[in-house]
Amino acid sequence: MKGSFLQIWALFKKDLLLEVRQQYSFYGVLLYVASTIFVLYLAMGQPEADVWKGLFWMIQLFVCVNAVAKSFLQEGRGRLLYFYSITGAANFILSKLLFNALLMLLMSILSLGLFVLMLGDPMPDPLRFVGISWLGGVSLSLVFTFLAAIAARAQQSAALMAILGFPLVIPQLLLLSKISNIAFADVLQGGLAGMIVVLAALDVLIVVLSLILFPFLWKD
Amino acid sequence: MLKNWWKILCVILLTYTILAGFLGPVPAKPILNETIRNLYFHVGMWFAMMALFTVSAIYSVFYLWKSKPNYDLYSLEFAKGGIVFGCLGLATGSIWARYTWGAFWSNDPKQLGAAIALLIYFAYLVLRNSMTDMDKRARIGAVYNIFAYAMLFPTILIIPRMVDSLHPGGMGNPAMNTKDIDSRMITIFWPAAVPGWILLGVWITTLRIRLQLLVEKKLSHA
Repeated sequence: MKGSFLQIWALFKKDLLLEVRQQYSFYGVLLYVASTIFVLYLAMGQPEADVWKGLFWMIQLFVCVNAVAKSFLQEGRGRLLYFYSITGAANFILSKLLFNALLMLLMSILSLGLFVLMLGDPMPDPLRFVGISWLGGVSLSLVFTFLAAIAARAQQSAALMAILGFPLVIPQLLLLSKISNIAFADVLQGGLAGMIVVLAALDVLIVVLSLILFPFLWKD
Repeated sequence: MLKNWWKILCVILLTYTILAGFLGPVPAKPILNETIRNLYFHVGMWFAMMALFTVSAIYSVFYLWKSKPNYDLYSLEFAKGGIVFGCLGLATGSIWARYTWGAFWSNDPKQLGAAIALLIYFAYLVLRNSMTDMDKRARIGAVYNIFAYAMLFPTILIIPRMVDSLHPGGMGNPAMNTKDIDSRMITIFWPAAVPGWILLGVWITTLRIRLQLLVEKKLSHA
């Protein structure tokens, strides 16, 4: 148990170190986020709360696709095989899930900041929405990490990952938009906790499925 | 004759379902009126879809365990059969919705959940087509199939029951309650409609499997 913990931590640190040194993923996605939000601002100005929410989740979705694609698909095949052989497959996918979740946490807060800066701030409770955007970012990153693993094995580009991924994230997006609707309302409504529990349960289901199914993917 | 008893049973059951479904007595409910007969067709299709997808997922698990190519063929064909019945279920549901809710599509959570589940399985077909290496296609297809099957439960069964929905079963009340269904309809639904549609799905799928096996045999001997 302690051994696998150390392995996961080592892989995670490796990804983090590569990021800090090369800074390709982070700045690339940051540029993508800033450009997209800027284009959105030019097109929409400062929309009302409903439109704002919808646009925010769309941006989160595309940012997630790009961030996860960059982080997973940039490693060569030989290096991936090396990692699979020295650690277990489960440890590898767990470290990838953690790293992409962290990346999405960062990207969520940055895109939220840019959104507030350019498209106005209709949130009645900013802290609650920060929490929701984090939850949403992490949930999306879990699905796309697993799909990136599948797409990497299929030797296709991020395009396949996006094609596969959009139907799969629709339940989460629906839940997230319902949660944000409740969170944006001025009165505190019941049902928020229930929805968040369902979303968290869905995330746990995806993580468990990834852990079980990923070892079969790389058995070449 | 002895091997095909279930096909004859399927014909008998479906004939009975269609005749009794359209001519049999049904309770008179406001708004629903005669459309309540849709129960035998629409819900039967969904049961068939779930049965076919379950078999497909089981064969995927078998393939990951044993790697026999036949398992991959079975799981693909059963998934295709499930998709067909799912589309039929969505179509029969939309027709029913036109007469009870007023529109073919009203963004009801159950409709959306069902559409999403079918989209996930369509993505499975796209994924399989994107790979040319047979073993890789089979293995990755099996992994995605299990994933897609697991996603059926939240999208169709869990989330639509939790949110506001016009569909019977929304807002927490279970729709397949024994107290909720009229006894005259039970005698047609459970013994005839559900097994009849499931057997039809299995029949069509086994025919397709046999056809595919013949095609492969012909190609390998050519």
